[in-house]
Amino acid sequence: MAEKTYSAGVKEYRETYWMPEYTPKETDILACFKVIPQDGVPREEAAAAVAAESSTGTWTTVWTDLLTDLDYYKGRAYAIEDVPGNDEAFYAFIAYPIDLFEEGSVVNVFTSLVGNVFGFKAVRALRLEDVRFPLAYVMTCNGPPHGIQVERDKMNKYGRPLLGCTIKPKLGLSAKNYGRAVYECLRGGLDFTKDDENVNSQPFMRWRDRFQFVHEACLKAEAETGERKGHYLNVTAPTPEEMYKRAEFAKEIGAPIIMHDYLTGGFCANTGLAQWCRDNGMLLHIHRAMHAVLDRNPNHGIHFRVLTKALRLSGGDHLHSGTVVGKLEGDREATLGWIDLMRDSYIKEDRSRGIMFDQDWGSMPGVIPVASGGIHVWHMPALVNIFGDDSVLQFGGGTLGHPWGNAAGAAANRVALEACVQARNEGREVEKEGKEILTTAAKSSPELKMAMETWKEIKFEFDTVDKLDVAHK
Amino acid sequence: MSEVQDYKSSLSDTSSRKFETFSYLPEMSPEQVKQQVQYIVSQGWNPAIEHTEPENAFGHYWYMWKLPMFGETDVERILAEAEACHKAHPNNHVRLIGYDNFAQSQGASMVIYRAKAA
Repeated sequence: MAEKTYSAGVKEYRETYWMPEYTPKETDILACFKVIPQDGVPREEAAAAVAAESSTGTWTTVWTDLLTDLDYYKGRAYAIEDVPGNDEAFYAFIAYPIDLFEEGSVVNVFTSLVGNVFGFKAVRALRLEDVRFPLAYVMTCNGPPHGIQVERDKMNKYGRPLLGCTIKPKLGLSAKNYGRAVYECLRGGLDFTKDDENVNSQPFMRWRDRFQFVHEACLKAEAETGERKGHYLNVTAPTPEEMYKRAEFAKEIGAPIIMHDYLTGGFCANTGLAQWCRDNGMLLHIHRAMHAVLDRNPNHGIHFRVLTKALRLSGGDHLHSGTVVGKLEGDREATLGWIDLMRDSYIKEDRSRGIMFDQDWGSMPGVIPVASGGIHVWHMPALVNIFGDDSVLQFGGGTLGHPWGNAAGAAANRVALEACVQARNEGREVEKEGKEILTTAAKSSPELKMAMETWKEIKFEFDTVDKLDVAHK
Repeated sequence: MSEVQDYKSSLSDTSSRKFETFSYLPEMSPEQVKQQVQYIVSQGWNPAIEHTEPENAFGHYWYMWKLPMFGETDVERILAEAEACHKAHPNNHVRLIGYDNFAQSQGASMVIYRAKAA
């Protein structure tokens, strides 16, 4: 039935894309944008414009619109809400039919959702706050190569967080000296060490040399401690071909885990590498360089919870999450939200954590959150309490900066970690009793005692941390 | 500059070998072990006992002591099985496991009787 006729010109977006009566389908991809429209642009028009520009629309009517069923394929702005604490912004909820996106392609989803629309003139600022991926779409993605349980089984680590350390200085060491730093950390009791994100294959340390020296360090530390060890070998590279070459070599020498930067490397490279990791039995650690460019501005960009979901779909066994303690304190609730999105199979909408939609991951494996940056033994009680067992706690300076060296620094962290886990299992309030727990543990560990003296005691003022902002950030 | 302390650990010294969770802490007292058993029970996990010769501790598979104690919540009975295993294999490491059948993994795993270093 050809009821529609072609009439050229510009229509208001809301005539086509604003559908407050629409009930989203279970299979729709849902997005929540925080929108600040240009002056004089009504909310409905701005929301409809975002829906249009991130789906089927363009600025004018075209005759080829009539060759398809645009009413089926279009994105629909179906709800608008106030943003607490921000009068000029509003939330626009948009539903996209699942057919708009190629199966298993994080690349394709984000090309639409955060493509041209972010430069669109009718909006002054735009932030993608959350995306609901329907289970039907989730199941088309490969997701994490192994997931939390498989990693625990492969590495033989149970009932506690894993411990890591990023090797410093991040640039400038020779491969052999770098391997020495790795060996010292691992023999002292860490489970993992890590290439810093910008360690790729520079003239002072080519990747192949690094891989070989580091792997020797891992093997010796394993023989010495009787525990399983790994070093995240960074295979992030200028081209996919080079990335796979490095990954293949890591596998050839028997390394258990490699590493990739999923934002600078890109979703395409990451998704391919994650599939390769599953095919080749390699764990995959994911770094997030460039995330703050995208997620730090509260009014424009992509919230990290969305980047978290993108990574879980694209694939990775570890993802950096922030540490909560220290500088990022205020983000405790939001961080707890995206940690849940990494690990759990079903996450309920929870506005107090900024989670705008229920998210069902079905049987997709979970990702282990990695807390890294600016943490030391005094933070251990809080970290164990916040992150729980399924996490990697990474102490860079907090390991390497120990006055007696890396092995002592590693041992101090390991003793502190185990003391906190033991106390937690005994039913003690680890954050409140942190000082006592660590002080007792230090009696049998001179390394820990020294670490506690070296780094200033942090205060355990947790009441203030737990308070929630009423206004959504 | 304060005195730097050497980190004592080597291939030739078998006391350098660790065995994962809690092995960097002093050996637990019976009362401390009991609290860990209580924790496993309170999580709803299934307790199990395994043992191995220290020189074979690196492998994934230790010897199972009987079968995991599915549904057992009596802390004393669990401790008694661990002790029985230790008595039968006094030169072996004995570890306590809490099987989490929902996560299909081990929620806890710890050596509660440490073999003397050879």
